[in-house]
Amino acid sequence: MRLTVDDLAARRSGRRIFSRLSFALEPGEALMVTGRNGAGKSTLLALLAGRLKPDAGTIAVTEVGEATLPECLHVVGHRDGLKSPLTAEENLAFARDLLGAARMSPGEALAELGLGHALKLPVAYLSAGQRRRVALARLLVCRRPLWLLDEPTAALDTASQAVLAGLMARHRAEGGLIIAATHQSLGLDDARELRIGETASAPEAPVTAEAWW
Amino acid sequence: MTRALLALLVRDLTLAARVGGSGALSLVFFLMIVVLVPFALGPDLNLLSRIGPAILWLAAVLATLIGLDRLFQADEEDGSLDLMTGAPVPLEGVVLAKVLAHWLTTGLPLALVSPLFGLLLALDGTAMLATALTLLVGTPALTFVGAVGAALTASIRRGGLILAVLVLPLMIPTLIFGVSASEAASSGTVPFATPLMILGALSLIAAVIGTFAAAAALRWSE
Repeated sequence: MRLTVDDLAARRSGRRIFSRLSFALEPGEALMVTGRNGAGKSTLLALLAGRLKPDAGTIAVTEVGEATLPECLHVVGHRDGLKSPLTAEENLAFARDLLGAARMSPGEALAELGLGHALKLPVAYLSAGQRRRVALARLLVCRRPLWLLDEPTAALDTASQAVLAGLMARHRAEGGLIIAATHQSLGLDDARELRIGETASAPEAPVTAEAWW
Repeated sequence: MTRALLALLVRDLTLAARVGGSGALSLVFFLMIVVLVPFALGPDLNLLSRIGPAILWLAAVLATLIGLDRLFQADEEDGSLDLMTGAPVPLEGVVLAKVLAHWLTTGLPLALVSPLFGLLLALDGTAMLATALTLLVGTPALTFVGAVGAALTASIRRGGLILAVLVLPLMIPTLIFGVSASEAASSGTVPFATPLMILGALSLIAAVIGTFAAAAALRWSE
């Protein structure tokens, strides 16, 4: 798939987060979204995931058939979408059945992330890093061309970061797209970088009247 | 699409059965109210059997509210709702599956055990069966109406009380026809079928409007 973002602007509770954001991604490309805290990295990902409506501008995908953008992407972010009472396997099996386009079994996906032993454990018993790895395993159980990763390495140990880098490289080799909001290098070769806060126009009068009424 | 919705239904049923789920809780709450009423009224069996259906229905309305506030809120908080937005199913389908799971773990058990609880309220056999039947037909309306409130309060912390204030007035028609159908079965001034059919109509209307309204509320809150 190809993703084209043109002149995008976001506004939350009346406050302009960023504006005039444009980029395009071809198959196999990766984009690192960087910027200070609160610059709008997560907002950009939420816009792409269809959770927020853009204030202006367009997001277009091509070469995906009839699927809409939210149906072409995986999101791994701060809210991991895992249910604590369910086992890792049940969580992943649910994600696979819900999202469709199954590729791997939950067991295989967890084994790739080095969590094969946690298959039958309720997610509540897992540490923050292990939970994150279960959420990342969701990337593998279903085939979706665009990965939206929000701080994917948060809580991950160095070994798991290397595994993640390997998974991302493989995904790109298969023609997938990656957009990652991050503060550190993710091991993405020749990834393009989008700095929010600098590419966006100079800060406007930050708070408009409508924010308050 | 069917597979995705089935997965959602199974997941919600599993969650209700696990620790912290509200599956058995609403049933116990239902029992509590039904047990408390005879203590409050005293040993007047005639009075008890006359207002028995009304008590069962009131208890059912209140028990439906248990766990309803978490119907969408739990998924909104942990990000599961974002996962469902990305599923190749319309949000209306997601709402329908979740409401169905909630009804299967709340409304249906309430209707099934109500004859047993009717014993505590000195109901005779006809009244017991009639009340159970009206609960079976009417509780979907309660759940669907409640789902709209649950969707509206999904992103509000401690939204349970607001939810109750929002949806209880909307449950009044269901309550009226539920109780009148149960009473028609034993007193016989109106045929039993008339209020029962209106009750069924209320459930069907609530199913349509509730599904679309709840999905719209979820989209709007994002």
